[in-house]
Amino acid sequence: MPLSVSVQAADFDVAALQRALLQGAQAEGAVASFTGYVRSVNEQRNVAVMELEHYPGMTQKSIMAILEQSASRWPVLAASVVHRIGRLETGEQIVWVGVASAHRAAAFSACEFIMDFLKDRAPFWKKELGAEGAHWVDARAEDEARVARWHDKPAR
Amino acid sequence: MLRVLFFARIREQLDCASLEVEWGEGVASLDALQAQLAAQHSQLWADVLGQDNIIRAVNQDVVSDNCALADGDEVAFFPPVTGG
Repeated sequence: MPLSVSVQAADFDVAALQRALLQGAQAEGAVASFTGYVRSVNEQRNVAVMELEHYPGMTQKSIMAILEQSASRWPVLAASVVHRIGRLETGEQIVWVGVASAHRAAAFSACEFIMDFLKDRAPFWKKELGAEGAHWVDARAEDEARVARWHDKPAR
Repeated sequence: MLRVLFFARIREQLDCASLEVEWGEGVASLDALQAQLAAQHSQLWADVLGQDNIIRAVNQDVVSDNCALADGDEVAFFPPVTGG
């Protein structure tokens, strides 16, 4: 089934991505998607601009591995991730995850699974630039906990 | 030769994005490489590479334990990831 990953500086059009996903799935049924945006306030800090760094090569490879895992777990017809890098302003789109499946349950679950693992595994780093200066965003224990709950056995 | 990469906060703290290390017995494992990098430069490098939340990847796969390194491997050191 079509699995795709794009890591790009350019903004993206959610409607166009969803159409492409459905074409790839070649089936009617369901699409679940998630779009993430740059927050204006993060952990009490005002954010004007975000800089997103990544590890070229490993980023694509790690997200593709997550998509493959999702497809082995649910009847996924197509799944795509688009993640932006570089300089992003408050309110801009950062990430899009779309999953097509024959029924909603698999689409919802796979979409959430992909996003949870992406946040915990894909090598991206956010640096906030605001009035208080530059600040590397810290990883959140909550994100790790969200990944752990997908494991059948106690994680790692 | 080993290709060594640093990202995000660690890259900034070391003021170094990448370097090359001659492969040999002294850097034949991940722990040995990290120890050599920490010892060979300055106290700053020792402090930064001594942090306990550093994630290590070999050939673009995260490794949680020590592992052997072969000539030509790509090794990366980075802080916990914060994408999405």
